[in-house]
Amino acid sequence: MGSDSIIEVSDLTKFYRDFPAVNHINFKVKGGEIFGFLGPNGAGKTTTIKMLTGLIQPTEGTATIQGKDIRTQIVDIKKTIGVVTENSNLYDELSVLDNLRFVGQLYGVSRLDREKRIGELLKRFDLESKRESKFDILSKGMKRKVTIIAAIIHSPQVVFLDEPSTGLDVLSARILRAMIKELKTLGVTIFLTTHYIEEAEQLCDRVAILVNGAIKTVDTPENLIATSNSKNLEEAFIEITGLKEEIMLVEKEGKR
Amino acid sequence: MFKEEVKGSLYIALKDLKMYYFKPPNLSWGIMFPIVMALAFILRNPSGVKDLASGLIAMSILFAATSAEAIVIVFERRTKTFERLLLAPLSLQAILFGKVIGGVIFGFLMSSIFLVGSVIFLGVPFSNTVFLLGSLVLSAFVFAAFGTLVSVAVKEIFDAMTLANFFRFPMIFLCGVFIPVSALLSFLHPLAYVLPLTYSVDLIRFFITGSYDLVHPLVCIVVLILYSTVLFYLSVWVLKRRIEQ
Repeated sequence: MGSDSIIEVSDLTKFYRDFPAVNHINFKVKGGEIFGFLGPNGAGKTTTIKMLTGLIQPTEGTATIQGKDIRTQIVDIKKTIGVVTENSNLYDELSVLDNLRFVGQLYGVSRLDREKRIGELLKRFDLESKRESKFDILSKGMKRKVTIIAAIIHSPQVVFLDEPSTGLDVLSARILRAMIKELKTLGVTIFLTTHYIEEAEQLCDRVAILVNGAIKTVDTPENLIATSNSKNLEEAFIEITGLKEEIMLVEKEGKR
Repeated sequence: MFKEEVKGSLYIALKDLKMYYFKPPNLSWGIMFPIVMALAFILRNPSGVKDLASGLIAMSILFAATSAEAIVIVFERRTKTFERLLLAPLSLQAILFGKVIGGVIFGFLMSSIFLVGSVIFLGVPFSNTVFLLGSLVLSAFVFAAFGTLVSVAVKEIFDAMTLANFFRFPMIFLCGVFIPVSALLSFLHPLAYVLPLTYSVDLIRFFITGSYDLVHPLVCIVVLILYSTVLFYLSVWVLKRRIEQ
């Protein structure tokens, strides 16, 4: 295993009863890169993130994040990772400020650092005027931004983003992508799952393609496009996942 | 590590108190319900007011500590905010301990109101302030842990209330709140012995009147500590299983 890898996944497996949601997957994520984790619905992307972030236990195999094992050192791992889940999971009844303060407290950020960091992040993401607003009344894009701020309030070295742009309008999605790029410039490693292949092509240094709980390939978007003789990553994705025939069938049905 | 876990638990408790506890429905369960029940019995037998104090205080802890506790986790799991806690660098025990502590603080505060009210309005004496307050905290822990167990065991808020009430209401009549257990029909005694409110009422009664009805106070303390531990760790176990499903 290379020493530049920040995440190392070995034979990671999750069964729900007899169903293999994730089946013996292996890959590595290098420090400071944006790693895309792509796959059709139900491929096992969210299950993988849930295992890597300690929300569920693997059935078999394991993974290390910064050399720490997710099976035995998950509390230590959680101190150095940030997670943006598919849903904005902050408290509707609390203000933006109270939500961020609470999350900072959970991560053990000292009062002085907490207030300073909240101020900086709200300013950077243009949310200063919303600090006293209840989370409930924010727009979807703003909620997403606050959720991302909550995930990085403790200055994590790795950030997991699970479908971060789902449901966002064009402008909010652009802002989000800019935020992700900015995180990378700060040296943060980003593990990103997304349905938007174009987004992955724009952002990711490397991508893994997951189908039915198994990894099909891991490579740079450029190499995937080249090796599959495709015009872009979306075409390469369709080729690799075997969705081409399904899409042709759907298009044929549509023409009738 | 231990210090960080305790701190995390306290932050969760404070957040819960702010968000859920000091709200009209909980205040009505914690204050109004015991008052109404007590008034019904006082009107029937005005001479037994002082005997009622220990039962009234224990009942206020039971309802105050469980009313929000039994639904908080169900609610947070539905809104996905519980996931926020699970992602924090805290053990499952620390997270649930925080949830329980919220119920303990609220239960203790509500029962303190009844204690002060009993002293001022009913002239109830008490023999040992420190031990009496300790018995309130211990009882609140048992019932908050019970509420937590209910909350992690069900999926819907309606189910949580139904399950909590399935245990809470019979306890009012079987555990010596209004009628001493010794005065109940003998076939009901085994039921009284397995319910934690019996020990809570008897312990509080001892520190108010200096005498107990059924069980020696030391035994009450041991049983309540056992109940707290079992209910708490059972909640952790059930939650672990729920998360994996």
